[in-house]
Amino acid sequence: MKLAVWTYEGPPHVGAMRVATGMEGVHFVLHAPQGDTYADLLFTMIERRDHRPPVTFTTFQARDLGSDTATLFKDACNAAYERYKPEALIVGASCTAELIQDDPGGLAAALDLPIPVIPLELPSYQRKENFGADETFFQIVKHLAKPCEKTANITANILGPTGLGFRHRDDIVEVTSLLNDMGIDVNVVAPMGSSPTEIAQLPAAHFNVLLYPETAEAAARWLERTFDQPFTKTVPIGVGATRDFLAEVAEITGKPVQSDESRLRQPWYSASVDSTYLTGKRVFVFGDGTHVKTAARIAKEEMCFEVCGLGCYNREFARDVRALGKDYGVEALITDDYLDVEQAIERLQPELILGTQMERHIGKRLGIPCAVISAPVHVQDFPARYSPQAGWEGANVIFDTWVHPLVMGLEEHLLTMFREDFEFHDDAGASHHGGHAPREIGATPDVTEIPTPSGSDVVVWLQDAEKELKKIPFFVRGKAKRNTEAFATERGVTEISIDTLYEAKAHFAR
Amino acid sequence: MTDMPALPQGNGCRDVPVLKQRGQHEVFCGLTGIIWLHRKMQDAFFLVVGSRTCAHLLQSAAGVMIFAEPRFGTAILEEKDLAGLADANEELDREVERLLSRRSDIKQLFLVGSCPSEVIKLDLERAAERLSEKYFGKTQVLNYSGSGIETTFTQGEDACLASIVPAMPKTTERQLLVVGALPDVVEDQALKLLGDLGIETVRVLPSRTADEIAGVGPNTVFALTQPFLGDAAGALERRGARHIAAPFPFGEEGTTAWLAAIAREFGVDQDLFETVTAAPRARARKAIARSHEVLQNKRIFFFPDSQLEVPLARFLTRECGMEAVEVGTPFLHKGLVGPDLEMLATGPQISEGQDVDQQLDRAIAAQPDLTVCGLGLANPLEARGLTTKWAIELVFTPVHFYEQAGDLAELFTRPLRRRAMLAEHPSHINGPEISSGEREGAKRPSLGALA
Ligand code: SF4
Repeated sequence: MKLAVWTYEGPPHVGAMRVATGMEGVHFVLHAPQGDTYADLLFTMIERRDHRPPVTFTTFQARDLGSDTATLFKDACNAAYERYKPEALIVGASCTAELIQDDPGGLAAALDLPIPVIPLELPSYQRKENFGADETFFQIVKHLAKPCEKTANITANILGPTGLGFRHRDDIVEVTSLLNDMGIDVNVVAPMGSSPTEIAQLPAAHFNVLLYPETAEAAARWLERTFDQPFTKTVPIGVGATRDFLAEVAEITGKPVQSDESRLRQPWYSASVDSTYLTGKRVFVFGDGTHVKTAARIAKEEMCFEVCGLGCYNREFARDVRALGKDYGVEALITDDYLDVEQAIERLQPELILGTQMERHIGKRLGIPCAVISAPVHVQDFPARYSPQAGWEGANVIFDTWVHPLVMGLEEHLLTMFREDFEFHDDAGASHHGGHAPREIGATPDVTEIPTPSGSDVVVWLQDAEKELKKIPFFVRGKAKRNTEAFATERGVTEISIDTLYEAKAHFAR
Repeated sequence: MTDMPALPQGNGCRDVPVLKQRGQHEVFCGLTGIIWLHRKMQDAFFLVVGSRTCAHLLQSAAGVMIFAEPRFGTAILEEKDLAGLADANEELDREVERLLSRRSDIKQLFLVGSCPSEVIKLDLERAAERLSEKYFGKTQVLNYSGSGIETTFTQGEDACLASIVPAMPKTTERQLLVVGALPDVVEDQALKLLGDLGIETVRVLPSRTADEIAGVGPNTVFALTQPFLGDAAGALERRGARHIAAPFPFGEEGTTAWLAAIAREFGVDQDLFETVTAAPRARARKAIARSHEVLQNKRIFFFPDSQLEVPLARFLTRECGMEAVEVGTPFLHKGLVGPDLEMLATGPQISEGQDVDQQLDRAIAAQPDLTVCGLGLANPLEARGLTTKWAIELVFTPVHFYEQAGDLAELFTRPLRRRAMLAEHPSHINGPEISSGEREGAKRPSLGALA
């Protein structure tokens, strides 16, 4: 038993729903109680889908237990087939149904439906959402992909995009155009947008682009083994990674790298003088393994940030992310407990967090800016505008997204110079953030439930020192306050004077 | 606004045949109630003993909008807990210990059962007794089930309140107990009205803090503010209290009828009743009148959700001039909503339970002007050209009593107003064919694929 407040991933059947909902012509019969239908709203509200997910929940109740849940399941399968006439049916159990052991796979097979029925094993008490998506896609591919002749021209499949994926919608467009630039056609994009008929055609492609290893690695490996289809290992997010990706594609296909970079602006933006202030900003990176790996590289090589900490919530990628941590000289944090992440951020006091919606909230509480790089998704992660992460346009989007929460270059200096000025006074906040000042560190959190024990409980700020602290621009004040308190505590100083403040400043000067 | 329509002949919808459906339900489970209960009960913590699904439901329903550590969490069962039950109890004790040592502000702890905890027959009642003894004098530990195999959405609040009743001290005092978790501001308004009517002792369930828990006994009468509190009512009756049957306090008419039933019970002078209610009644009518214009003659269809459907249909048809097509409710508790049913003119199909596919067919065939439904159905129906109102807002928003009557009506007008405004510029919307996520793939299924 483990106490969870917020979770990064849902249960595995939500992963299965993401695959089914992304696809066309499949229907998912999920043996589950009524409350589990909440998952529909993830798709209809967060992603603003205009269709219900193709999922029938059996919604068994207590009175059905021990008597008739199996019949209920079979009836639901028959009714779903009759009503939706899918090309293929996938069946599985949610956490509760797993306990009653009705064997959805066996029951559905016994119905002799005239379409493929794909049973899923979704161990709810061991695994999570990403596993569920990966496993579901793998089972669908394994059941439906048929040996077929390779296409005459060179083609690729794009594997991994699902419903409710972080920017999957736009990444597909971007990666397709990268491939087209090289004269490569896309055979099938899957699971998103594909039908069982198209899944059958997967082996016709010459290779696979594994866009999101979280949701498609098992399928890509199986296709490689079974149909001799190599898959790309680099996820093209970031300029460097996109170049490596193109090189990999060139190597697989024997075609020369060709790409239209005319709209790529990120390298110049990063080199322009206004970006000088980005140099050495300490960033903390957290999210799913793939996005963390790509973000860390962009942060270091393309933005010239200092990665002061990183980690991921999906254990499947623990090994990769630990290795990545070694490369960056930091210890990777592998956890799905957001309190651990909060602690790490509090300790490291980064100047920018690259994280998920969860870290965005942590950042709000701690007064640290945050840009979102990874699922779990929020309605804000489905913007109306085109906003990919992959490819050249993705690199542009990422530059803008990461810089936005920071105080802009020149503005940083102006704030320091004119900090007492009425317009630049420190409650004004960054000029492009609509005027609401970030909350002060140590001020009451948004919901005053439990105060986090902070240094200020043990050391007292003398009035003068507190006034001086207020003169420090808000975007570094939190760090100054914490550093000073840490400095004071270490030395057994219980009252902070102006001198303590500046001694601490000197001590921490980098 | 003119006077209220005359009451229907006979028993209104009280004895009309009810369409009972048993198929896929598209509703939340009772755990969802935690989202509003934990805000109401300021020193309570809700510990769900369940699965990752339960945790995910809570977080999705809450919309990940709570920044600090909230006063609810899920003890997620793992493989090893499922192997042996003795183990699970120890694990639970350990998690509770850890939680309470960190959160000294917690005076009431609810162990909330879920589908998995019920299926493995984890005895949370015994666990609550055991832990109550252990933390005696510091934290009271209670338990109830919010599982999806036992409870539907608002029934979670019912189960929670019912679990508090046995813990209420005994009293022989003549008192009124107002039952239902209302936003503080609304509760204060109700208490003021009741006080002005001269009712001396008025207590509430749930109380804002554990210290303020009300007593109960043979001289207690209680009024429900929500139609879904059948189990809580039963538990109070078992403690000797008596229910004051009344329509629910939605809208001017409902609030007046609710107060009048209480006034009769306490022998409140008719003149005093008029004096106290005249001004807020007039205000409520005036506030509703603004929406009346928009809602008049519009047809409304309710999917089953919160059990508020019958009283709301009564309010919207009688006070706002709407026509109800179907009034779906997860349960039809005639003992509680009987007075509302009697005031609802015959005409609408009353349905209980759900088969969501069939109900969608009915809704689409009926082409109502406004459809009240859950979040999972709203956008798909909008894409089909229907205008929708999220049912969940009705339990999250202050909607009871006179001062909120206008807001309640307004909740239903906003979607209609918006659709009308968008329709003024057809070149922008171009009918219901707009679809989100156009880039998702080359092909899109036709919009007809919904049902
Ligand atoms: S329906 Fe059951 S398993 Fe699903 S979230 Fe509700 S209590 Fe948990």
